[in-house]
Amino acid sequence: MKKYTDQGKQDTRSGFGAGMTELGRTNPQVVALCADLVGSLKIETFIEENPEKFFQVGIAEANMMGIAAGLTIGGYIPFTTTFANFSTGRVYDQIRQSIAYSDKNVKICASHAGLTLGEDGATHQILEDIGMMKMLPGMTVINPCDFNQTKAATLAIAEHHGPVYLRFGRPKVANFTPVDQEFQIGKAVMLQEGSDVTIIATGHLVWESLLAAERLHEQGISAEVINIHTIKPLDEAAILASVAKTGCVVTAEEHNYLGGLGESVAGLLARKHPTPQEFVAVRDSFGESGVPEELMAKYGIDNKAVENAVLQVLKRKA
Amino acid sequence: MADTKDLDALVVQVRRDILRMVHKVNSGHPGGSLGCTEFLVTLYHDIMELKSGFDMDGKGEDIFFLSNGHISPVFYSVLARRGYFPIAELDTFRLIDSRLQGHPTTHEGLPGVRIASGSLGQGMSVAIGAAQAKKLNKDNHLVYSLHGDGELQEGQNWEAIMYAGSKGVDNLIATIDRNGQQIDGPTEEVMSLGDLRPKFEAFGWDVLELSDGNDLQAVREALLEAKSRSGKGKPVAIIMTTVMGNGVDFMMHTHAWHGKAPNDEQLETALAQNPETLGDY
Repeated sequence: MKKYTDQGKQDTRSGFGAGMTELGRTNPQVVALCADLVGSLKIETFIEENPEKFFQVGIAEANMMGIAAGLTIGGYIPFTTTFANFSTGRVYDQIRQSIAYSDKNVKICASHAGLTLGEDGATHQILEDIGMMKMLPGMTVINPCDFNQTKAATLAIAEHHGPVYLRFGRPKVANFTPVDQEFQIGKAVMLQEGSDVTIIATGHLVWESLLAAERLHEQGISAEVINIHTIKPLDEAAILASVAKTGCVVTAEEHNYLGGLGESVAGLLARKHPTPQEFVAVRDSFGESGVPEELMAKYGIDNKAVENAVLQVLKRKA
Repeated sequence: MADTKDLDALVVQVRRDILRMVHKVNSGHPGGSLGCTEFLVTLYHDIMELKSGFDMDGKGEDIFFLSNGHISPVFYSVLARRGYFPIAELDTFRLIDSRLQGHPTTHEGLPGVRIASGSLGQGMSVAIGAAQAKKLNKDNHLVYSLHGDGELQEGQNWEAIMYAGSKGVDNLIATIDRNGQQIDGPTEEVMSLGDLRPKFEAFGWDVLELSDGNDLQAVREALLEAKSRSGKGKPVAIIMTTVMGNGVDFMMHTHAWHGKAPNDEQLETALAQNPETLGDY
């Protein structure tokens, strides 16, 4: 069994900030916009080093999305920054018409996704954003798992032409993927090979799934763990190859089970390879205030939940 | 400057295009289109500095954004007659597999269109972004935009108006089509906009009022004046009074023709009031 080491807990938003710093030094077309949340998005260095490439729009996210669309006309690559809730639900029609339908090369970068921003509660947590964004034709949807991968994803989306939704979070979590890794959009990462069950995870749930796989291993269960950082386009080949081997699947994400990664996987499997599946995801509810670990436990999206889902799905395996 | 007589002839021909386009598919928005014909004809044929051909980035030329996308018939006619795409293609308006969608879109690759519009209130933000890109590119050309007056009821406009004033986006000339009508009736009854001029001024804009937006000479003078006021630290707004349905007597001074096409007989009457000048498509 492969061993993964936490290089020291960091927040994925800081990975984004580090990526922006690098882009500011290397890609003259990259510009950034923010709706009054510079500190939360960790883009201070980018702004300090590229003041003319930064647009502070104030608390006006709809305008931010439109300005970003306009900045592409003239050749720029705008990165919009605010919380995930205000990056999606608040401005869905602006993204739909001015960015997605208009084929604009805008990168919508969203921090504080999911439950784990914690104490601010449900007004600031969003568990529906993956669903909203993946339904938009032409939109790429990415949810990296740790600091290093978020930085790599930030660099990669600048090279990809087309609208992208990049989702990351606030809490400090294990940083276990390689420094300066190559990030391939749409390409699943095999983290743990196994034969009894496939665990397909995204975002913060990837580390939780690795922890679950270790405990399952102690119980004699061989779990394959796949990191799906790109929810759309989905790496169908990687998923199909894995379930052909294991015959059952658990999906794990910090999102509503409606509209999330689990549904994308279920849709694929229903069409190509019907397979028993359990969903580790929030059960169609809003979040609430609390510390991240408590929230993940209460809403059933921690390593314990992944482990239980595996035991459950194994019973359903033919 | 283009010959005024040529522009007069073009205005009449564009009206014919609008009427025939919406009549053929029995849908579309003739009222606002007719009201803005003189403005768009003047802008594209007399005011804007345009490169030949079309590229999305529009570097080194003036660019225009239509925010009130429902007046697509006038936009398409003016673009076609400016040479962006074949005039004959106007015959495909709103038909399946056409590049001339009900509301303008970049999605089908129609030259001349740089943003989708139709869902209202988004165009000014886009125009601001494009204006900022011009500044970054050290491109001294201007960005023009057109907005309906009813459209200003959408809150995003006021975010954009605040931004443009606050950040001194002085390479933007935004025109408001003050025709006073919207789908449910007179704008002042549906949701009064009050006095627009002080509203824009309070947000830091330089405002011009154009009392007859259906007079070619007046439109030209207003646009030239707006142009001369650009680059001075403030975005420029033109509050342009127009008559919806202008040029077709039974379509004027009513909101009835906002989104309704003429029938065969009405078309005949309307076309008789606007005899063919440059050739129908």
